[in-house]
Amino acid sequence: MTEVPALELRRITKRFGTLVANDAVDFELRRGEIHALLGENGAGKSTLMNVLYGLHQPDEGEILLDGKPVEINSPREAIALGIGMVHQHFMLVPVMTVAENLVLGAEPRSGPLLDYKSAAERVRELSRRYGLAVDPDARVEDLGVGSQQRVEILRALFRGAKVLVLDEPTAVLTAQEAQDLFKVLRGLTEQGTSVVFISHKLNEVLDIADRVTVLRRGEKIDTVPTEGATERSLARLMVGRDVLLRVEKPEHRPGEPLLRVEDLSARDDRGLPAVRGVTFEVRAGEIVGLAGVDANGQSELIETIVGLRKPDAGTVTIDGRDVTHLGPRETLAAGISHIAEDRHRRGLVLEFDLAENIGLRFYRNMAKMGWLSPRKLAAKARGLLREFDVRGGDADTRAGSLSGGNQQKVVIARELNADPKVIIAAQPTRGLDVGAIEFVHRRLVEERDAGRGVLLVSLELEEIRSLSDRVLVMYEGEIVAELPPSSSEEDFGMAMTGGKVEVS
Amino acid sequence: MSATPDDELPPDATVAAKLSAYLRGGGIITPLITVVVAFLFGGLVVLATGHNPISTYGAIFDGTGLNWLFPWTSSTEREIAALNLQQTLLRTAPLILAGLAVAFAFRCGLFNIGGQGQYIVGSILALWIGVSFENMPAFLHILLAIIGGALAGAVWAGIAGALKAVAGTNEVISTIMLNWIAIWIGVWLFNRGGPLQNTNPQQQDVPVSDDIVEGAKLPVFWGDPILQGLHIGIFIALAAVLVFWVILHRTVLGYEVRAVGYNPDAAAAAGISVARNYIVVMAICGAFAGLAGVIDVLGWQFRIATNDIRINDVGFTAIAVALLGRNTAIGVVFSALLFGALITGTSVRNLDPTIFEPALATNLTLVIQGLVVLLVSTDLLVVYLWRLRRRRLSSRKAVAA
Repeated sequence: MTEVPALELRRITKRFGTLVANDAVDFELRRGEIHALLGENGAGKSTLMNVLYGLHQPDEGEILLDGKPVEINSPREAIALGIGMVHQHFMLVPVMTVAENLVLGAEPRSGPLLDYKSAAERVRELSRRYGLAVDPDARVEDLGVGSQQRVEILRALFRGAKVLVLDEPTAVLTAQEAQDLFKVLRGLTEQGTSVVFISHKLNEVLDIADRVTVLRRGEKIDTVPTEGATERSLARLMVGRDVLLRVEKPEHRPGEPLLRVEDLSARDDRGLPAVRGVTFEVRAGEIVGLAGVDANGQSELIETIVGLRKPDAGTVTIDGRDVTHLGPRETLAAGISHIAEDRHRRGLVLEFDLAENIGLRFYRNMAKMGWLSPRKLAAKARGLLREFDVRGGDADTRAGSLSGGNQQKVVIARELNADPKVIIAAQPTRGLDVGAIEFVHRRLVEERDAGRGVLLVSLELEEIRSLSDRVLVMYEGEIVAELPPSSSEEDFGMAMTGGKVEVS
Repeated sequence: MSATPDDELPPDATVAAKLSAYLRGGGIITPLITVVVAFLFGGLVVLATGHNPISTYGAIFDGTGLNWLFPWTSSTEREIAALNLQQTLLRTAPLILAGLAVAFAFRCGLFNIGGQGQYIVGSILALWIGVSFENMPAFLHILLAIIGGALAGAVWAGIAGALKAVAGTNEVISTIMLNWIAIWIGVWLFNRGGPLQNTNPQQQDVPVSDDIVEGAKLPVFWGDPILQGLHIGIFIALAAVLVFWVILHRTVLGYEVRAVGYNPDAAAAAGISVARNYIVVMAICGAFAGLAGVIDVLGWQFRIATNDIRINDVGFTAIAVALLGRNTAIGVVFSALLFGALITGTSVRNLDPTIFEPALATNLTLVIQGLVVLLVSTDLLVVYLWRLRRRRLSSRKAVAA
């Protein structure tokens, strides 16, 4: 039975100057299939899909839809051909309702006015048909990330997408939201939609996809069915060598408490209580995980600890020194390193070169009477860039031009070089590929073993469980449970959603 | 999120990527395009008034005195050209300083519209020092006026910086308001009965100050002092350019300023006080703009009338200067020269009236100035059009193949 595939890419080659982003890549998507596109950052996944979506023109190769060769010069043409794309960053108008967003560009009218009722009705009908629970009257800005993503998917379907491309859709989702998304995707394929699922997370690829195509450095390595594949086998295809998926770490020997947070309370930007009476400590030589669903006060807690947010009450002590009311400069100097959760917002100045970015932590010490020598900054940076194996740039490269993994390495190089007592690592592996994740995890364990205290804040339960020595669970601004990392996923799930957990 | 897919492109990738890299680096391509387009539009305006754009631009160019630089200019023409060029540079110097005042704020992420007010308070203080202390040695007198004027500008702009740092007041609003306060203070000071109105009993009807004393005047090094030759203010301006560059690229202060300008969140997370930087940066901006006022008063105006205060627009032109110069040291120098030349070349005194009526020509300068401000914000459009063209070309190639 040789059915014509819904989509076929033949020997697609795309060059940027001297860089070959896609090198004669073949890709085939069957009807009703979920096909994962797997690869490290910079492997060429996004380029390939941008070629499909008309954002790039291939230098060589052809695209066949339902067996017929097509030429796609713009996203508009792609949409007309039934190709839908859900980007990592949503393209919705926040102040409009779901229904308004959906019909944007093809508004049903009654006279000069938007026929809102029939728009809402069409949304309802679509969400019923595909099992996507979305309230058409809700304003997009009021929706959670998971719901916004469903709106994006609905919009693609609304425009008649038969091939749906999802670019790292779970990067912004919690585990539960990801599961919901998978359910939706399965429902879609039953109705004949074909899905391309871009990801670098092995477990979810195995979970959701029928087949996997692995890209490495712009080349297609293989296409394999997920049946019979393992995380290990996929990781090997992806990286080209064996990868340690589980963190290997010796027993921990906790020492003196280095970070002590007592009864800390703080408000969020809207002035509502976000951190409510949090108490915990991080000792030398241990990794304490802070688990929780996004937006339960974790960000505000970190900001209060490092001095970016004023506390309402409580104290923060670093190695016996009260830093509660100090600003970030003094707090960091007291012995904290902060791997910020959003490296683009807090971790890096993207327009700065790498030397200047690394200097953010050291420029005051390297200055003489207010004078700062760029040469000295660069010399310091070069050593660190080599030590942390940052690729794709030198000391004078703009940080914004590096890949996410290498950007994160720059942040980590800077923060670890400050010789901290306590490391606060917030989402340290967000958006990184397997190789880079392995590197970050290994470094954190090494720092722990060197006698530093590590507070690991992550939305990835897997990461928390495999790295931490103890796990605190945060829910609505409070620490609601302390669990050993070996506890079951159900226990964590319960605690993270406010349920009571029997601590064994 | 400031990261766009374009950021992911390798630096040596496409023409568009290269262009945007130039933009980031403060490259020269878009400002040139901007100027060319502005002049083309200006040419259309000239055409619409029934004149020949090419000969008009030619006459304006001759009026700027820049033909002095050409070796083929005859010696009689050269004498006139020298006079014109002195005027051009006389105009350029304060524009450089005021342009730096806008550019420095930009580098810290602030929009300093208050160059005008800072210029005025600088000039007022310089004037007051210049008319007082009659018996002071010339060098000390000038130095005192320079320091006083720069400080006055610094304090004036510092108010806006402090308001922003403490209360979060938008600096655009506060600097505009401070402009008006400065303007009306100036009008009051020199008006009839005002504290700084002239002391000449014959001139009590005229709202103008006394002249500054001879010793406070900046020395003229090119041309005749009586014919408004070129004073040393241009060197003060060029020194300020150097200071601007050194502060930004070689000092802790400049490093912090750029960090705050590019990403205040990351700067704060690294322990940089954003609020303190706002105040310091605005004060430095004010010092630059105040200096512009000082050299104009000590260099060629020698007195201030209420009318001067109302019609002067150095601080506003400076916004266009900074924008066109992409807020870089060298860019400000060249765009200040461009505007200085335009103002001089279209002035009543310099433009050949048989080719274009000078009365119209001054407005032409304003048209070009406005177009520059409009077009400078269209960098993105340029990049976009460039890419569109590329995409068309490549798809045409694909069809051919």
